[in-house]
Amino acid sequence: MTELPQAILASSEGHLVSEAKAGNYSAFEELVNRYEKKIYRLGMNITGNREDAEDVLQDAFLKAFEHLPDFREDSRFYTWIVRIAVNEALMKLRKRRNSRELPMEDSEDDNGEVVVREFADWKPNPEQQYAQAELERILQQGVNSLPPGFRTVFYLRDVEGLSTEETAELLELSVGAVKARLFRARLRLREELSKIFKRG
Amino acid sequence: MNCNKAIKEISGYLDGDLDAALKHTLEAHLTYCNHCHAVYDSTRKTIDLYCDGKLFSLPEDVHTRLHEALKRKMQEHA
Repeated sequence: MTELPQAILASSEGHLVSEAKAGNYSAFEELVNRYEKKIYRLGMNITGNREDAEDVLQDAFLKAFEHLPDFREDSRFYTWIVRIAVNEALMKLRKRRNSRELPMEDSEDDNGEVVVREFADWKPNPEQQYAQAELERILQQGVNSLPPGFRTVFYLRDVEGLSTEETAELLELSVGAVKARLFRARLRLREELSKIFKRG
Repeated sequence: MNCNKAIKEISGYLDGDLDAALKHTLEAHLTYCNHCHAVYDSTRKTIDLYCDGKLFSLPEDVHTRLHEALKRKMQEHA
């Protein structure tokens, strides 16, 4: 990792943005250092694979660098980079539309019944029973089993911690559609993981 | 409350979205219905697993390539 001046490392996000806008590239690098892990995780959660997640990560930060003069600072830089990264990730998914992926607008969105087949309790602490790589593989498989529109809502609400309203705004969906997708995403993921983590 | 209705409300319950009466009815159902309680509990654990910051950690080579790409971009702008 590049050595950055101590003053930069201790700076607030707002200060770093101002510095970066004024041409201090170290300040922008520090912004990248602060958020690259989260943006990579966003890419993994939405696209479901490493290659696309890396593209999302690079494209989002390069685009942010390019468009930094246009960033009006009426929201946090982090919110802005999340928005850019979500759009990049959704574009990736659209490009894959002719693959086995389901379309973004899933027809079962609001009215379909969710079938619950797994009713068994889980083994205690499943995260401690698998090696990290194995657990990641299981969780990634779970995410990949969701239609992209559900996956994105799940990520933004449950992993990223955005509110229902913020998620709705970002994805240009109604609040009701976000809630419906979240409900189905959670239950589907639970169903997938239950096959592996259930007792017995 | 039957099981279908209970399962439909679990997501809202986890978000604290239910009104007091519905919350009370669901909680009562969860105390005697082992199936729905298992669904509730495993849904909560599902969310917890994905929230864990250790998952999908940034590989070192991906970090390196990002910073190299950034440097190239900065040199173009310098």
